Amino acid sequence: MSKIAAFGRFWWNFVVGDDWVAAALVAVAIGATAAIAAGGVATWWVLPLAVVAVLYVSLRRAIAA
Amino acid sequence: MTAGFLVLSAFLASAVEFVEALTIVLASGVARGWRSSLTGVAAATVVLAAIVAALGPALTVIPIDALRLVVGSLLLVFGLQWLRKAILRASGFKALHDEDAIFATELAEAQTAERVERAGIDWYGFTLSFKGVLLEGLEVAFIVLTFGSTQGSIPLAALGAAAALVLVAGIGIAVRAPLARVPENTMKFAVGIMLTTFGIFWATEGAGGHWPGSDAALPVVLAFVIASSAALVGLLRRRRSILVTA
Repeated sequence: MSKIAAFGRFWWNFVVGDDWVAAALVAVAIGATAAIAAGGVATWWVLPLAVVAVLYVSLRRAIAA
Repeated sequence: MTAGFLVLSAFLASAVEFVEALTIVLASGVARGWRSSLTGVAAATVVLAAIVAALGPALTVIPIDALRLVVGSLLLVFGLQWLRKAILRASGFKALHDEDAIFATELAEAQTAERVERAGIDWYGFTLSFKGVLLEGLEVAFIVLTFGSTQGSIPLAALGAAAALVLVAGIGIAVRAPLARVPENTMKFAVGIMLTTFGIFWATEGAGGHWPGSDAALPVVLAFVIASSAALVGLLRRRRSILVTA
């Protein structure tokens, strides 16, 4: 493996970890928060609920694996 | 209130990482000699200091909303990793972190590795300590920089980390053994909850949202994350007991 690939893999593992789906769902939830906020609607409830849902999905994936 | 959260979060997260680094440094020192091990610690500390010195001032010039969005997103992803593992451990789906077992494994590997000396330093012992301290320290640097810059006080976050370093290093020097009796799994659970809480709070603000009551909402988010995590632990424990009895 080249040093650049190893460097990239290190940072991927450091930030994203072993469940990229959870990281992707968090990105989607934050995008949804920004979109709702742009429409002038209160958004404080979006991420707390999204986090519980993401955690549940991630735990199910970990147990299934 | 947030200053207290900031120091406590940095302290807990740093203490967990320093306990893990101490285990590796001890194994390296006992098996390969203290000179090589401590040289590795010193080299890693210099690299970490350079990273913090370079990134710290750079983070302070980023607009606060953009910083909160990026940092909040990273903390959320990072915090969910910690929380997922902590919930899996608390519910019995993942083995508990055992510093004694890790020390024994590291020691056995270090004792059997070939000895290659460069400039009077055992290369294996140096590399083992260097990598251990750098990798664990990088997480501490990440937490101190992100927490500190977003709250506008890197020194306060660094204070929490420094207190953890003094405490763990002091106990480590005194007992010269892995700190197996530190409630590491409970601390990891607490850190996962703190990172996730701050992640939710800052990512929402960075994305353009506003919290009712502003900073006063932080303890409410914290309570919500604790309650949700406890509920998930309970759910998984019931599922595990069903799986075991089936």
